[in-house]
Amino acid sequence: MARRVTPAGLGSLRSWKGDKPARMWSYIINRLFQMLVTLLVLSTLIFFLFRILPGDPLSMFIDAALPVEAQEVVMKQFGLDKPLWQQYITYMSNLFRGEFGVSFHYRQPVIEIIGEKVWSTAILMGAALLIAFAVGVLGGAIMAWIRGSKIEIFGTALALFFRSAPVFWTGMVVLLIFSYRLGWFPAGGMRSVGTEVLSNWDKFVSLDFLHHLVLPALTAALYYIATPLLVMRTAMIEVMNDDFIEMARAKGLSEWKVLTRHAMRNSLLPVVTVLCLMVGFAIGGQVLVETVFRWPGLGREMVAAIQRNDYPVAQATFFLMGILVIFLNLVADLLYGILDPRVTYD
Amino acid sequence: MNALREHFEILMKDRLGMIGMAILISFVLIAIFAPYIAPYDPMESQYRPDGSFARMDPPSREFIFGTTRMGRDVFSQVIIGSRVALIVGIVSAIASTLIGVNVGLISGYYGGRIDNFLMRLTDIVYGVPFLPFVIILVAILGPSLGNTLLAIILISWRTTARVIRSQVLTLKQRVFIEAARVSGAGNLRIIYRHIMPNIVPMALVYTAMNLSTAILTEASVSFLGYGDPLLVSWGKTLHMAYVAQAIYDAWWWVVPPGLAITLLVLSGFFISRAYEEIANPRLRER
Repeated sequence: MARRVTPAGLGSLRSWKGDKPARMWSYIINRLFQMLVTLLVLSTLIFFLFRILPGDPLSMFIDAALPVEAQEVVMKQFGLDKPLWQQYITYMSNLFRGEFGVSFHYRQPVIEIIGEKVWSTAILMGAALLIAFAVGVLGGAIMAWIRGSKIEIFGTALALFFRSAPVFWTGMVVLLIFSYRLGWFPAGGMRSVGTEVLSNWDKFVSLDFLHHLVLPALTAALYYIATPLLVMRTAMIEVMNDDFIEMARAKGLSEWKVLTRHAMRNSLLPVVTVLCLMVGFAIGGQVLVETVFRWPGLGREMVAAIQRNDYPVAQATFFLMGILVIFLNLVADLLYGILDPRVTYD
Repeated sequence: MNALREHFEILMKDRLGMIGMAILISFVLIAIFAPYIAPYDPMESQYRPDGSFARMDPPSREFIFGTTRMGRDVFSQVIIGSRVALIVGIVSAIASTLIGVNVGLISGYYGGRIDNFLMRLTDIVYGVPFLPFVIILVAILGPSLGNTLLAIILISWRTTARVIRSQVLTLKQRVFIEAARVSGAGNLRIIYRHIMPNIVPMALVYTAMNLSTAILTEASVSFLGYGDPLLVSWGKTLHMAYVAQAIYDAWWWVVPPGLAITLLVLSGFFISRAYEEIANPRLRER
């Protein structure tokens, strides 16, 4: 659960002065450089993480079931016959060319497997975040408005209840009720057995797909909703103490107009920033939701890959999640500056 | 001591904070007296009064939360499982607060190169996806309570560090710090005697939140099958239930452990929120 966040690396919020665009660009370049360093450290971390595995490091990277000649090819490709520092260099250059090796389980290049899963994950996560933010922003605004009432306390408690419930458990209970007992929705997966899929269009644009999407998306949305709701509520309360709200009221605007035109609009900045920062947390939820609903996405693939000792796939999925989080942290920082004219870049 | 009592009083004024405190204390009592409360050995197969194997029994007088596929008593598992949850929650909360507060204090107070180094380190930790990292580290090092704790603590100090640093940056400018320096107080004395007391409410916001996050994370890792093989935990009970597809015929195996996790995690969030009202006076009712 994130709160009002001050972006990293952003200096003091001093009053506007000087040449903002130039400062902004130097700030952006600075942050891009930082992002590269973070990526470098993350990939180094992954390199060592997967080499402290107990047992023979060779067996971690080479499928024992492959014929000897093929094993040697893989060994060359990853430089596993060379000293550690040379392995590291090979690993890094492979990584930045998107060369993640061949999956032990699928016998296919990792990049192909992941490419397929990325879309399923993106759609599920996008749908869940969309629902959570739409409901959260509106709900948070209303809660700030009716602050102190019974409904507000109940609403806050309810949102926190779903934030506290482990999302895999919520998923199990949701399946128990809506799939098993009521039979309204399928018990998991992304499409019915026997559905023919010819293209990505068929895969994601069909009633059958939507039918499968409802339960996992709602489950994840329930888990995510507390963050936008509480951030919006806090921001609204702070804005509502400001004089211009009193002004708007004094002008004779209706409460609804004061709420939507003045208070909400000025409270959206922290919510937008938190959306980016929440994705890191959402990815964790995604791993669990996909596992429970057998949704063929990146998160489920990562868990399955670890269980199957399919290290190339596990490594690549984790790396991709890291890139996404690092990138969105950067976007959050930049948005913070663009949306709030008071932010300066010195 | 006075400051402590003051915190406690403000916590008690906040209705949700009070409920949270009550839930947390109840769970601590349950965990301490768990062996006396649990009617059976949580891992032992049970038999019905008529001597038959108590497999997948719905809740009854003998087994108030029913039994599992192996005939184990769900109620006893929930009671004993509170221990793992609380140990993980409390240890991670304390450790991440200690690390985070110190990083934040040092970074904010000294500024310059030290600040730059510590904050870039924090940025890097922010780039690590939390739950996937914990899953991978625990899978690699081997499932155990210690490894789960290690993985959680390695990441969870980051928010505390960042927030405390920004608080220290504003506190540093205040007159009383200048006064302390003029009267000859050393750096460490200023940091721990003069600045630290002022960041306690904000630190507690994140201590309580880390308690909740750690418990959720441990439950998730155990649910995925990487729980400590020697210990009974709520996440592991749910893992067994999921693997046995209990959602189809044994709701009693699924609902109680999940509710226990939810309540305990919720208590942490309630307490955290109550402290936030203290730490951020603008939120207080006018």
